[in-house]
Parts: sequence; structure tokens; C-alpha cells
Amino acid sequence: MEHFKFDYPQARRAVTKKAHVGVVGSGDMEILMEPSSSGAAHVTILTSVNGFGTSWKAVFDRFFAGYEGAVHIHINDAGATPGSVMLRLQQAVEVIEK
Amino acid sequence: MSNSNVTPAFVLRRSFIELEARARAWSLLDAGTGRELAGPYERIESPWLPAQGVAPQSDDGCVVLKGTIAAQPVVVVALEGKFQAGSMGEVSGAKMTAALDLAARDSANGTKTSAVLLLETGGVRLQEANLGLAAIAEVIASVLVLRQHAPVISVIAGTVGCFGGMGLVAGISSYVLMTREARLGLNGAEVIEQESGIEEIDSSDRALIWAINGGEQRVGMDVADELVDDDAQTIAASVRRYVEAGLPHVHRSDQVDHYRKRIAELDVSKQFDPRMVRESWNKAREQGGAT
Amino acid sequence: MSAQPGIRGRAWFQALTGSNRPLEGDPGSLLTADAKLGGETARFLCVVPNPEARFPCARKGEVGLEEAYGLAHRIREAIALETSEQRRPIVAIVDVKSQAYGRREETAAIFLAAAAAAAAYAAARMRGHPIITLIVGQAISGGFLTHGYQASRLLAFDDQDVVIHAMHKEAAARITLRSVEEIVRLGHEIIPMSYDVKDYARLGLLHKLLHVENPDDPSAATVAQVQKELIGAVADARAGARDLGTRRSSKGARQMRRAGLLARAQIEHEWNEP
Repeated sequence: MEHFKFDYPQARRAVTKKAHVGVVGSGDMEILMEPSSSGAAHVTILTSVNGFGTSWKAVFDRFFAGYEGAVHIHINDAGATPGSVMLRLQQAVEVIEK
Repeated sequence: MSNSNVTPAFVLRRSFIELEARARAWSLLDAGTGRELAGPYERIESPWLPAQGVAPQSDDGCVVLKGTIAAQPVVVVALEGKFQAGSMGEVSGAKMTAALDLAARDSANGTKTSAVLLLETGGVRLQEANLGLAAIAEVIASVLVLRQHAPVISVIAGTVGCFGGMGLVAGISSYVLMTREARLGLNGAEVIEQESGIEEIDSSDRALIWAINGGEQRVGMDVADELVDDDAQTIAASVRRYVEAGLPHVHRSDQVDHYRKRIAELDVSKQFDPRMVRESWNKAREQGGAT
Repeated sequence: MSAQPGIRGRAWFQALTGSNRPLEGDPGSLLTADAKLGGETARFLCVVPNPEARFPCARKGEVGLEEAYGLAHRIREAIALETSEQRRPIVAIVDVKSQAYGRREETAAIFLAAAAAAAAYAAARMRGHPIITLIVGQAISGGFLTHGYQASRLLAFDDQDVVIHAMHKEAAARITLRSVEEIVRLGHEIIPMSYDVKDYARLGLLHKLLHVENPDDPSAATVAQVQKELIGAVADARAGARDLGTRRSSKGARQMRRAGLLARAQIEHEWNEP
């Protein structure tokens, strides 16, 4: 079981909506995306699959390179692939930015 | 119908089974009504799973929606079959029990509130063992209180089905709706094979499993009320009808003498042919009437 | 050695009621007796092994179709026969291996039989009959949900042969591909998974954990001690509500069921729109 926390101080645009996508099935994950209370973006991850810290950071670095919403993202993960993580993030953003 | 602008029903069909628990629950409520209670953003999660290296879920696999169906107050409680096979843990059990208790309280105070339970569950969550089992006992107690006032309608759609201790919850429900794909029982075939051997049942024999536990058989032998197509709209329409119907004349689980006789009549010298059980139980109903 | 389920159950049924036989028309696995408990009559129920049972998968102390419907029948009978305002207690003596795992059982809808028994126990409780469960041996899974878990008050012996759980160690080990030792060790770390009744007692579900001497072969003094506890539990049940609320308000629950209590409070808080 691993816990990660990433901060993206450049992501400062206020958002008002929240989004919840996904189910924590085997090989899957859920994302909770909400307005951040600190004015910048933060990510917390709880994952049952160890050893992918670098992958997680890479996914979120890429995500926040193209997104500047001040969101708090929490992920409960049971082994989703980086590709499906990105997909879920995009689904969540769609709801937030609708 | 020759009008080429009419879209065939099968194209408009929206599979209920393919929906996650939350979407299933929402699909049953009157449009524009409904709020989720103790939802994912509250993050009331299992305290036991992370300690065992298992990822928790923000809603612990249980969705509670309060709203209306056919303009009548209802609470819908949906178990997420994709999370730990919809198993009952401390938190998911507490959410279901609380929803039933509050529906009963409202009903006793003059606002009849029915419950719709979407049972997609293997029973107790083993990682929470005694708290899961205790939670199921409490759900059973709470269903039995509510069903004095308002119907408790269980929907079993699949693919997990309804097994383990939650089979008792289906058994005490006012009404049970099942799809053909769904299964309902106390013990799944794998568990029976494990406990009693492959001669007792071969859990790889899918045809046999559905012949015993499947929706068509359960409805056919009248231990469930309606066989529904796997379509969100038709299931919603059926649920509406049962909410409107209100309490049944008598609950199945109270018909003790009727079922004691059925069990006494069974020829136990060999395995039962599910079709023959269906036929003889239906005949007994027609002849005897329920007690 | 009482690790075989049902032997201790039968012994305690006999000790508390003086009877050892099923009532006319009941299966050999269901013992029912109306016997004195303090100044009143109580109905005692116990499921025991019956090698002659009609159903092959219900011969070793499992709660099967006949046992479940039999329980439901005898409980409903007790409700119907009651003429007094002070409704007779119903005492469930529990020492059951599990529910019956059989194809016949599934085909004949054992889920409904189990439901009928649980519903009968709850109906009696809701009508004011104090339902007291005395766990003298094993109380496992569906068997316990069917016979005993709907009680007003739960009592258990503090003894290594008393096991309350959702799944036997051996089955849990098989399913999780662990050894039995690992399963037992896991139970020491995760209290709700423990096979030790002392840990179960910490969950706040039990009214009392009883320290009894020689539970396999109790002396008259031990039986009297247990009767006194049953009488106390009956009084406590009568003084309280007819629901299972004490399982949430206990000290153990406030310590070990915090997340569940929080979830319940949250649902209550949000129930009525602000």
C-alpha cells in the first residue's frame, strides 16, 4: 500500500464544480476532483500496487502541464494503467469545466 | 409499423447491468428528484481495508439516494458489484441500515417511505468478517421494521448476483425483481463445491448454476416476483409499479407453513430437478393458496 | 472434545431444559422445549447434528432447510400461543457449524428458509419477546444469521471452542491462498477477522462474555450461574428497546465501529434537506 502527495502551485485558476469518476475495481481506480481550498492544486493517491511512484508523478506532471485548475484530486487505486488514469482525469475535467 | 422515423426499441435499450451502482440508482428515481447521502466526497471509507493492503472506495461501495419514485418518497441503496464484489463491510452495512431506519422513522411519522435495494453482492466482506456479518444482521432487522410500513423492493440485476447473508435480505424483501442474467442464493456454486465436493455441484457447469439460481428459475418457482429485461427504463417502470402497489398481502418469508410443506414433499433420494421443483411448487400454490 | 459443533449445544440444551428430544413433527436436528427460567417459562431452541437427517448436507450441525423452517415454525407458535402481556423469552442456544452447503438446499431456495427463521426471531423480538442468544460453541456465517443473530441480547462463553465468524479458518485459508496460521495471525491484527471470542467481545456486540468452568460438562452450579445470566439478560432486554440498538451504543461499538457510526450519523444529518 503506498500513499503519494504531489503539489502543483502553478495551477491556480479557481474552479467551482466537483467530479467523481471511476470504481475501485481490480485494475481500476476512482478519482475525486474538487475545488482546492488552498488556491493551488494538490494530488493525493492511495494505491494498493507498490513501486509506481515515478509513473504517478509523470502522469500528473503531464496532466498539469496542460491544466491549470486549482483542484484537489484524490485517487483510490487498485492497479489502473497510466493510460486509464489519464482517461479518468480527462473525464473528471470534462465535468468540472462543463 | 412502417414509419421509418421510429427507432426500434432494442436500439434505444440501455443496459442496466452495464451501469455502475450510482448510475443504476439514479436511473430509478423520478427525473430531477434525488440527493446522494454520505456520498463519496465525505470519504467515509473502510478503516480495515488499507491495513490489509486493499484500496478502499470513497463510498465503501454503497450509494444512498433519497428522492421520489412515482412521486412517492423513497430511498434507494445500491451496492457496487465492481468493488470487492459488492460485499458488506462496516461502513456499507451502516449506510444501508441507517437508510432503512430513517425510512422507517419517516413512515411511522406519517411520510410513507419505501426502500429499493440494488443487491449486487457476494455477502460478507471477508476482510471485515465479524463487522460485515453483524452489519448484515442489522440490515435484516431494519428491513423487517420498514416492511411493516412500506415495501422493500430488491432488484438483483447481475453480474455478481445476490449471495451469502444478503440472500436473506432478498428473502425478507416485499418484492424481488431479477434479470435473466442475475442469480440469487445463499451459497454460490463455488462455495458448495468447496465445502461439499464436486460431486455435489460442478461450479463450472454454468447452465446448471443458472437453472438453480438464475432469475428465470427464481421467478418461475415464485421465490422472486418479476423477471425483468436488462433495460434501465423497463426496470425503472417495474420498480415504479411496486412502489405504487405498496405492501404485499403477505410477505413470502412469513409463509412458513406453506414452505415447510413444500420441503417435506421433496424426494431427497436424489438431486432435485429445478424444473420439477418449479412445476410442483406452482401447482401447490394454485391448489392450496398461500398461508 | 467439543470442537465438533453441536455436542456442546445439545449438552446445554439438556442442562437448561431437562429435555433432549425434538417436538413431534420436527426434524431430529431441531430441539425445542418450554422450560422454567427464573419465575417464568421460556422457549429454548437449539440446532444439533442429526446423522439421520433427510438432507445429506445437513447432518453435522448445519442449519439447513428443515432446521430453518422448523425454527420459524416454533418461534411463530410461541408468538401465537402467548396470552400474557409479559411475553415469554425465547432462548437460542447456538452451536452451529454453518448453513447447509448443498445443491438440494440451493434448488429449494434455502435463502428463503433462512430468511423465514430470521424474520420469525425478529418478529418475536419486535412483539416484546426477549430473544436471548447463548453461544456455547460455534456461530458461523449464514447459520448464525438464521439462528441467533436477531436476538435482543447476545451472550457467549469465554472459551477457545467458541468461534463467532463469517467463515471457518480452513475455508478462509483456502479462499485467500494462505495457511491457517496466517489467517489466525491476521485475525490478531485485524480485530473483526479474529477467531478469538475475546476479540469478538471487543466489538461491542455482546451483552456479556461468560466465564464458565468446564463448558463441555457443566456442574449444577455452572448451569445455575448461566441461568442467572440468562435471567439478567431477559430483564435487560425488557428494560430496553426492541431493536438491535445496543449493538451500536455499547462501549465496544464506540471504540471499534466508529466508521460505521460516523456513516450513520452522516446519513441522519443529511436526511432532511436543509
